[in-house]
Amino acid sequence: MYQTRQKIGQVIGILVKVIICVIFIFPFVWMLSVSFQTEQETTRLPITLIPSHLNWQSYVDAWNCAPFAVYIKNSVIIIISIILLQTIIMVPAAYAFAKFDFKGKGFLFSLILIAFMMPTQVTFLPVYYMMSDWKVMKTLLPQILPFMTNAFGIFLLRQYFMQVPDELIEAAKLDNASEVQILSKIMLPMSKPGISAIALLSFVGHWNDYFWPLVMTNSDEVRPITIGVARLKDAEGNLQWNMIMAGNMFLVFPIVFIYILASRYIINSFVYSGIK
Amino acid sequence: MKTPLRERLKPYLLLLPAFVGIALFTVYPVIRLIYLSFFKVNQLNTSKTTFVGWKNYISLLGNSAFMTSLKNTGVYSLWTIVFTLAIALCLAVWLSQKQDHLSKFTQGAAFMPHVISSVSIGLVFSQMMNPTYGLFNNILAVFGVRGFQWLQSSQTAMGSVVFVSVWKSIGYYSLIIIGALQSISPSIYEAAALDNAGTWATMKKITIPMISPQLFFTLIVMTIGSFKVFDTIRILTDGGPNNATSSIVYYIYKQVFWEYNIGRATTAGVFLLIIVGVLTGVYFALLSKRVHYQ
Repeated sequence: MYQTRQKIGQVIGILVKVIICVIFIFPFVWMLSVSFQTEQETTRLPITLIPSHLNWQSYVDAWNCAPFAVYIKNSVIIIISIILLQTIIMVPAAYAFAKFDFKGKGFLFSLILIAFMMPTQVTFLPVYYMMSDWKVMKTLLPQILPFMTNAFGIFLLRQYFMQVPDELIEAAKLDNASEVQILSKIMLPMSKPGISAIALLSFVGHWNDYFWPLVMTNSDEVRPITIGVARLKDAEGNLQWNMIMAGNMFLVFPIVFIYILASRYIINSFVYSGIK
Repeated sequence: MKTPLRERLKPYLLLLPAFVGIALFTVYPVIRLIYLSFFKVNQLNTSKTTFVGWKNYISLLGNSAFMTSLKNTGVYSLWTIVFTLAIALCLAVWLSQKQDHLSKFTQGAAFMPHVISSVSIGLVFSQMMNPTYGLFNNILAVFGVRGFQWLQSSQTAMGSVVFVSVWKSIGYYSLIIIGALQSISPSIYEAAALDNAGTWATMKKITIPMISPQLFFTLIVMTIGSFKVFDTIRILTDGGPNNATSSIVYYIYKQVFWEYNIGRATTAGVFLLIIVGVLTGVYFALLSKRVHYQ
């Protein structure tokens, strides 16, 4: 009796887990399904769950409706530039906070924390004016430069650097190693997991970012992919859901693909940074 | 022995690029924002920009659209936080009991929306919430339930936005809580089992108190995040219908790009700054306390 009840409990447990998986995965499957439907299928009752055939036309339409090649190129350039710039700036700063004692350290560190917590929704307007004054609105710089200091990255990397024993650095200094050599030969190799996790968070964050490019861009030459996809819905006339979802796949697919390949690594990076 | 000047300057040189960024893109914009909130800004002819003192603040507090946005943001935050935290907590406690493949897979599936753009999620949900051709009403119809207007009625729009936000963040917060749960020593549970404590009693007397510090931090992080809500609203409802889902940030956005009222936008920005500032203050005060006790 007890055993049968336990068995039933197990089966229900498995069933509930499967339902939860469906709740979270289904919208993505649905996106794919709608993207392959014909326009008639998207506005017909009863609704179409599985498209009659793989209708690639909506992908062609979405691609031709807006300059997606430019959007994707912009997104890629922006992300690579941000990650490179952030890393170059973050490494020496984290090193200074982890291994040096100097006047004003506490104050400067609290500024880092403030920068980390400062919402971009507060700072965007003055930054927009500044970028206009600098006459760079026709370039990608307004979407790159404001993210040069990754405050959170400095915070996280500092913790990695603090674990490097001081004796190691002292020994290197006795061997007349320069600071650049200490950073590149000792600090960086020991903090590779940290740096790659930070780069991953930056990549996901900026590929998905919508608010900043929305307020910083006013021409197609500089828009990234999120804006391009969102604008498919704002386009005039009836909503063409199959085309919108096809465009949406350009935005979702790269991330889902990477997520399926490395979900454990990605989850750990996010969760670790969330707990701190 | 005095260290040479070059040695003493080193840390500052290492920090210089980072602080150029912070000065330009955090400190200066905040000062400029507060400064502009005391002016009536003329964007076409900046020489006509005039100092108006507290006038923007007074007019903003009397502005019904702003007050609605403020109230909406509060309502949105409250419901999003309550539902996300409650569901994430249950899910976390349940999923962490068994670390088999299916549990891991469920965690991974629930986490996925966290790494997907709000744009994508907003778009697919606005299709599914379409009253006529949308998936939700058609599924409800199968069970004989009359559908909702979802995003298209001011009565259900906010609920629908909360629904999407909760769906997007449950997985992330479940995993954060699972992380916290794993730090509880199993011996405590063994002791409780010896005392024949039931599931609910164990949860109430052991699990929740043990992870309450992490829960509280999560709560503050969630609150800060939800007060900045914008993307989901911009995609799902554009603040409508009839301002029913306009948030503080959405209000600011509208003032800047549709109504060209910079004075009002910057003043609303200062309000957002104060709200986030207070919450951040609480966060760090608690953080230093916790570090102190450990």
